Amino acid sequence: MFGYYLDLALRSLRRNQALTALMVLAIALGIGTSMTTLTVMHVLSGDPIPAKSSQLFRVRMNVVPDDAFKLGDKVPDNLTRRDAEALLHDARADRQAMMSAGSMVVVSPQGDPLDVQARYTSADFFPMFDVPLRYGHAWSRDDDASHAQVVVISHMLNQQLFGGADSIGKMLRVGDQSLRVVGVLGDWDMNPRFYDLSDGQFGDSEDVFLPLSTALDMKLSTSGQTWCWDNGKNVHGADAPCIWLQYWAQLDTPAKAATYRQYLRNYIALQQKAGRFTHSGQLELQDVMEWLDAKGVVPSDVRLQTWLALGFLGICLLNTVGLLLAKFLRRSGEIGVRRALGASRRAIFLQCLVEAGLIGLAGGVFGLALAGLGLVLVRHQPTDYAAYIHMDLRMLLATFVLALLSSLLAGLLPAWRAMHVVPGVALKSN
Amino acid sequence: MHFRHIFSALGRHRIAVWLLVLEIAFSCAVVCNALFLIGNRLERMHRPTGVDEAHLVQVGVRGVTPGSTDAVMAQTRTDLAALRAIPDVANVSVVNQVLFGDGVSFSGVSLRDDAKAPSIPVTQYLGNAQLADTLGVKLADGRWFKPDEFVSYAQLESSGSGVPVIITKALANHFFPGQSAVGKTIHAFGTNRVVGVVDRLVQPRDYGPAGYYGYAMLFPVEMPYSQGRYLIRVRDASQRQAVIQGALRALKADGPLRLISSKYATTLEAARDKYYRNDRAMAWMLVGVCLLLLVVTSVGIVGLTSFWVAQRRRQIGIRRAIGATRGDILRYFQTENFLIATLGIALGMVLTYGLNLLLMAHYELGRLPGYYLPIGALALWALGQLAVLGPALRAAAVPPVVATRSV
Repeated sequence: MFGYYLDLALRSLRRNQALTALMVLAIALGIGTSMTTLTVMHVLSGDPIPAKSSQLFRVRMNVVPDDAFKLGDKVPDNLTRRDAEALLHDARADRQAMMSAGSMVVVSPQGDPLDVQARYTSADFFPMFDVPLRYGHAWSRDDDASHAQVVVISHMLNQQLFGGADSIGKMLRVGDQSLRVVGVLGDWDMNPRFYDLSDGQFGDSEDVFLPLSTALDMKLSTSGQTWCWDNGKNVHGADAPCIWLQYWAQLDTPAKAATYRQYLRNYIALQQKAGRFTHSGQLELQDVMEWLDAKGVVPSDVRLQTWLALGFLGICLLNTVGLLLAKFLRRSGEIGVRRALGASRRAIFLQCLVEAGLIGLAGGVFGLALAGLGLVLVRHQPTDYAAYIHMDLRMLLATFVLALLSSLLAGLLPAWRAMHVVPGVALKSN
Repeated sequence: MHFRHIFSALGRHRIAVWLLVLEIAFSCAVVCNALFLIGNRLERMHRPTGVDEAHLVQVGVRGVTPGSTDAVMAQTRTDLAALRAIPDVANVSVVNQVLFGDGVSFSGVSLRDDAKAPSIPVTQYLGNAQLADTLGVKLADGRWFKPDEFVSYAQLESSGSGVPVIITKALANHFFPGQSAVGKTIHAFGTNRVVGVVDRLVQPRDYGPAGYYGYAMLFPVEMPYSQGRYLIRVRDASQRQAVIQGALRALKADGPLRLISSKYATTLEAARDKYYRNDRAMAWMLVGVCLLLLVVTSVGIVGLTSFWVAQRRRQIGIRRAIGATRGDILRYFQTENFLIATLGIALGMVLTYGLNLLLMAHYELGRLPGYYLPIGALALWALGQLAVLGPALRAAAVPPVVATRSV
């Protein structure tokens, strides 16, 4: 039966090619724009570290003095050095790391100055975030404690400075000091760069990683947000009234997460008791996806574009409903004949839906082409995420599902009307 | 006209008519709001900065070895002299932050010396005596800084109290509405007395509420080059690239090993262009959606009207046979479309308003000004008439003889 409906649908579509083309065009435009924006949404709201995203937690708390704290303020993103170092010292999580973004000028072996993005962090950073190393290894906790002058560099910087060879043991010149290369990263593509969203959410990983303790010794400059509630000369001092350090903890099971949460509550209570503040303190312990959600990694422009595109698809469907209605009712005579010859209403309804579905599939094919074009346009946009927007298999399938579903939806009302054509009237008026 | 005939004819296609009305209404709502969004973006992109944008270039230099404060300041003075000697350079300054740059430096500013006093974040430009002239900002009230008022960066950070400040008119109106701000004090780096008010200067990047964009302060500080950028005003805008090249050469010619690269040298115009590129892309995207929407809507109108024309061939033939002119038939379909479009636009106005409320709730967007509604209405009326023209002409071409044939 389906084959027969398909044959009828193809004949009908061929009979009025202009109208068919208009309908396919309308659906294709709607699907093309919707899938373009949905793909962008899909990529931007994706999980950057699926294997561990529920075990990695961003630690945030509000332990700032009463004067600097207003009720209803959001919990600050970062910690003071005092708190970060205290938590790191306690080491109650399976793994933990404090960090800050920074930048510095290194000098190539040829003597050229080169400006690089850096991350100052602690030893657990590498195993915590599954950072792959091509050569060597990360530094150890002992290196953190001894302020070791060691550095892990990116594959790209290794290429640039040392021609891509195994550069372990080579020295990286930073001003009048040197850092010993202990590791070279493999390909590490972490987008969005969830561990620190304050310094560009998308983009290449940093070029240089070194112990935070060493970076502080060397007085290297930091970047990202620094917020101080008092004028002070040394923003990065051990007791400075400034919040600037990101803190992450790895907690392998929900039970451990609960225990750690309690530990943090106790920590906050202790600080209160020590007289740092009198307010109740605030705590946020969010896993990767909660954290990304809280920070609104998907730009509001992209959300707006998605709604706009879906609205556009809706209008395209409304259009298709009208055209299908015209098309089916124009064939009232033919439908009357089929009904008179014994076709059931159900048969007419299904036949009409097959025709609508066929238009949907054709619209899907063209829509996919348009979405491809749309994504090329998106990739040429000057946004920092542009380079990471690609269509994957799931979105490819989703395109056809969306096209088919929406065309069937559009076909419902016209098919319903067509099945209620009264055979007698239709035949007579013919 | 034959409104009655048209209505009774339309009554026979109620569903199709309503579909068309709905399509026009939704198009109207989306187009009006999209135009409003485009207007908003354009307005944002054209906000004045208050500085002489066409003549400014900026050059950033980074030291390789930190060096002592004195050495860096000495090098800064040498650099400034070298830059000033470049042909076509009108003035040079070192400033802690540049417009449309990467970062924003700001302080919480309040009127009372009390941590609990309400404070707002205000961006601060720290620069030497040449800064105001280099930027090209205009004094509205009070005076510029006196030569003996300039302090070092370290002094400002450790004991900024007593350092005078110049603020923008917008900030003056915020703190001292209806009175002169000159002589009053604000609390930023300790207690700072306002000595002057400039017409306009803005945040380097949008930070905080949109209304704060015009809030800025100037402090008299001799900045070291390592904490800021060289800002150069050129005499002739066409010489900006030449001045950039000259500046890079001059800076490389003297001093210790430093990172001096064209990567950190740009005209303010290019920086502005880069800053607003997302807004520009969004505006173009909205223009594209509007156009596509109008295309799709006209496709709907063409499709349905063609169907009606085909269905009514015989009736059209009869009308022609009993004396209707081609013009009558043409006008019939045009009037029909006008009525449908009007209905759609009327409904569309309500939807436009609803969509605007939705956008206001979820995005930082103001109320849609009334004048967008007639623009949208005119666009859809015109679109409807254009779309209907083809099918209506075909209808008008139906010969009267059709009346005598069976279909």
